[in-house]
Order: sequence, then structure tokens, then C-alpha cells
Amino acid sequence: MSQTIFFILSALTIISALGVLFAKNPMYSVLSLIACFFTVAGHYIMLNAQFLAIVHLIVYAGAIMVLFLFVVMLLNLNAETEPHKTSKIKFAAVIAGGILFLTIIASLKAGIPGAYHLPVKSNIGLVEIIGQKLFTDYLLPFEVSSILFLSAMIGSVLLAKKEKR
Amino acid sequence: MDYTLLLDKAILVVIIFLVSLGIAAYATYGERKVAAFLQDRIGPDRAGPFGLLQPIADGVKMFLKEEIIPNASDKFLFIIGPCIFMMTALMTSAVIPWGKSFNFGGHEFSLQVADLNVGILYIFAVVSIGGYGIMIGGWASNNKFALLGALRASSQMISYELSMGMSIIALLLFNNSLNLRDIVDAQQHGQWNVFYQPLGFLIFLICAFAECNRAPFDLPESESELIGGYHTEFSSMKLGLFLFAEYINMFISSAIIASLYFGGYHFPGIDSLDLPQNIAAIVSVAVLFAKIIFFILFFMWVRWTLPRFRYDQLMRLGWMILIPLSIINVLITGAWMTFVK
Repeated sequence: MSQTIFFILSALTIISALGVLFAKNPMYSVLSLIACFFTVAGHYIMLNAQFLAIVHLIVYAGAIMVLFLFVVMLLNLNAETEPHKTSKIKFAAVIAGGILFLTIIASLKAGIPGAYHLPVKSNIGLVEIIGQKLFTDYLLPFEVSSILFLSAMIGSVLLAKKEKR
Repeated sequence: MDYTLLLDKAILVVIIFLVSLGIAAYATYGERKVAAFLQDRIGPDRAGPFGLLQPIADGVKMFLKEEIIPNASDKFLFIIGPCIFMMTALMTSAVIPWGKSFNFGGHEFSLQVADLNVGILYIFAVVSIGGYGIMIGGWASNNKFALLGALRASSQMISYELSMGMSIIALLLFNNSLNLRDIVDAQQHGQWNVFYQPLGFLIFLICAFAECNRAPFDLPESESELIGGYHTEFSSMKLGLFLFAEYINMFISSAIIASLYFGGYHFPGIDSLDLPQNIAAIVSVAVLFAKIIFFILFFMWVRWTLPRFRYDQLMRLGWMILIPLSIINVLITGAWMTFVK
């Protein structure tokens, strides 16, 4: 039962992820990305990580993608107004993509191939356990990432205020 | 697979679906009657006794109107926009505990579709997705008024979600649980959360108004500037879905306010009556619905009393007043829970 659901979910995830790349209209790209986030949330629920699934939906589908959609709606992008990319940017994009691909391959190789099984009674994704883990075992990375967010927020406020002077 | 459980849940889902639609339909009638009362008019009184058949007449009218899809619109998204809005409006009801459980000859029948341990966050996630219906519908119409309405709706939703989340955080700190049934049961003996979280309740209430796009925050559809806002181009039942979903949202948010801050299906003193289980369940449902109807009337009262905000006032209220207030509320609640309790 759960294996069937897993395969259906994975197929939907991959199809919607490909939809992001191949959609001609940027609006459809954004909407496929939202669909992709939903299917990933489905995977979290399959792993009994309800809290992660819901937070994933709130943060990515509910907040960040709304901003994406906002920008796409305002810019009204289409094929004619699309700026022509210079070869320098294309070159940089190829290198960045290649490095990302290498990282993914490396992490896949490090994992044990073929060893896929769902942890049946894992409670790792529930609220209390995540809270305890975050504030004991992973306190330093947690605090460092929150400082990163704070600096990003201050930076964007500074950038937005620059013109007033 | 446990098929009786599935059957139970299916029956409950159908009942909640029909009740939501029924309450929403009569909320449109109620709205017109309340508006008439506040403006010293009579209101609808032609269809049936006291105009009680008015919602049915309105529904038939909506269905029979000509369906127009603008030529320059994105047809797929134009159709899917109102569908998403309606669907998310109906989805929220899944985690609300509607009453105590019934017992039919040893078979326990729970009045809650899904007892999630992250119940509140589920509501929050679904509400935040509801904005897509408006955005997609407004963008796909290919109309500048619709686009402006959609942009207003989305920025308003993002701004008010923040302080809504903050007010919920204070509530969670106080109740030590994300589960809606736990929160409701903690208020069993009249210690309603509104007495302990008055500021949080006020913030939550204001944000609920903003999230439902109700007056005084109905800028996305302000007819004096934007014709009809995001639903300018919609006609027939697609317009009906948008308008109807607003009333369902109002019903569900009243249910959530009642559950989070006003004891849900509990009323002080009822447990001491020692009613048999099934009758106690019926009474608990009646108590919850009385609270819900009170809040629906409150929503209407506010709509016909307060004028609409200006857009910059709306943003200033959201970002510069409500968010700092809700952060202070979280701090006070945290300090209270750490040092006093």
C-alpha cells in the first residue's frame, strides 16, 4: 500500500519538477513548482514527519511562492520581453549547474545503493522531538542559520532604504 | 484497512460539507437582513416567509446567468482559480472538533475528521494556500482591475499571516499543544483562552477579518476603485464560487475563533449535568454552533459599521502595529510560562 503511494507520489514529484523547467509560461512554471512542493510534503507525511510537511507547505508553498507569483504577475514576462543572455552568463550557468550535478552524484554514491525502506514507527518528524533535537544536539547550526536569516533581513532593509539619501 | 473508520469519516465529511454550504447560503441571507436592520430597511422579504427562500433564488439566478470567459484570458487558470479558492475554504473544516463523540451501541463516532497533532498548523497552511485562488483567478482574467485586486489580496494575506502566526504561537505556548482537540479540552471548565490571551485574541480576530477579505479589509474587491477587484471578469457560477467561498471562510474562521479562544464545544456547567453520552454530544454541537453563529453575526455587524481602510493604512496596521504587538504578546506569554506558572 505505502509503496504504491510512494511510487505515485514520486512520479508526480518528478513530473511537476520537469514542468517547472519545460513550461513556456513563467506562471505555469511557478505553479508546477508549487505542485512539486505539495508532493514533497506528501513524502514527508509518508515518513511520519507531519510537522515538517506542514511547515514545508506554510513556508514554501504559502509564503515564498506567493512572492514568486507576485513578481511574475507584475513583470508579465513573455518570450518577446525576455532579455537575451550573454555568453558569459551562459558559461557561468553551465559551470554552476555542472558543480551542482557533481554534488548530487557524489551524495548519491555515498549513500548505500538500493537500500530503500521506510522507517515504519519513526517519530523523528513530530513537534516535540524536533524541538528537543534542535535545541540540544543541533543548537549551534540552528543559531548560526538564524543569524544568517537576520543578516539577510537587515541587508534587504538596507538595500531598500539606500535610495532615500 | 479499517473500513468502518473510512465509512465514519466519509459520512462525517459529507455532513460537514452540507452544513458548511447550508450555513454559508443562509449567511448570505443573514448578511442582507443584518445590513437592512443596521440601515433601518426591511431587507429581502419576497421569496417565501420573511424572504427565507432568498438564498435558493439567488443560487438559481447564479446558475442560469450566461457564462462568459474573456477571449484574452488564460482559460485553464481562469477556471481553476475559483475552484482552488472554494476547495481550500472547505478543506479547513477537517481538523475542527465539532463536538463530543457519539456512541451508537458501543461504536464510538468521533465528530472530528482528522485528529492531527499539528492541527493548528494544518489550518494555517490551508489558509495560506487559499490566496492562490484569488491570485490565479485575478491574473488569468487579463484585466488590470482584477490584477490589482489579486495583488492587493496576496500582499494583504502575507502581511496579516505573520501576526496571525505570532498570536497563535502565544496560544500554543500557553496550551502546550498544537492539537485542536487538546486545546479545546483544556478550556473545559470555563477557563477560556480569551481570558488569558486577550491581546492575542484581538490580534487573531483582526487578522481573521483580513484573511477573509471582509470589511473593513475588503480592499481586494473594493468596488469603488476596482469595479469588483479580482472577480471583475467572472460571471455565472464562477463568480458564485468566489462569493460563496467568502461566506464559508467566515463560517470556518468563526468556528476556529470559537474553538481556540472561547472553549469550542464546552460551556461551563454543562458537564455537571451528567447527561447521557449521545445527548451530551448533541448539546456540545449546539453550544459550538451557537458560538459560531454569534461570531458570524459579529463579522456582519463590523462590516456594516466600519468604513473600508485605505491601502496604506491597512499595511501600516499590519506591519507597524500588529506585528510588534504580537511579538510583545509572545514575550509576555513566554515570561509568564517560565517564571510564574
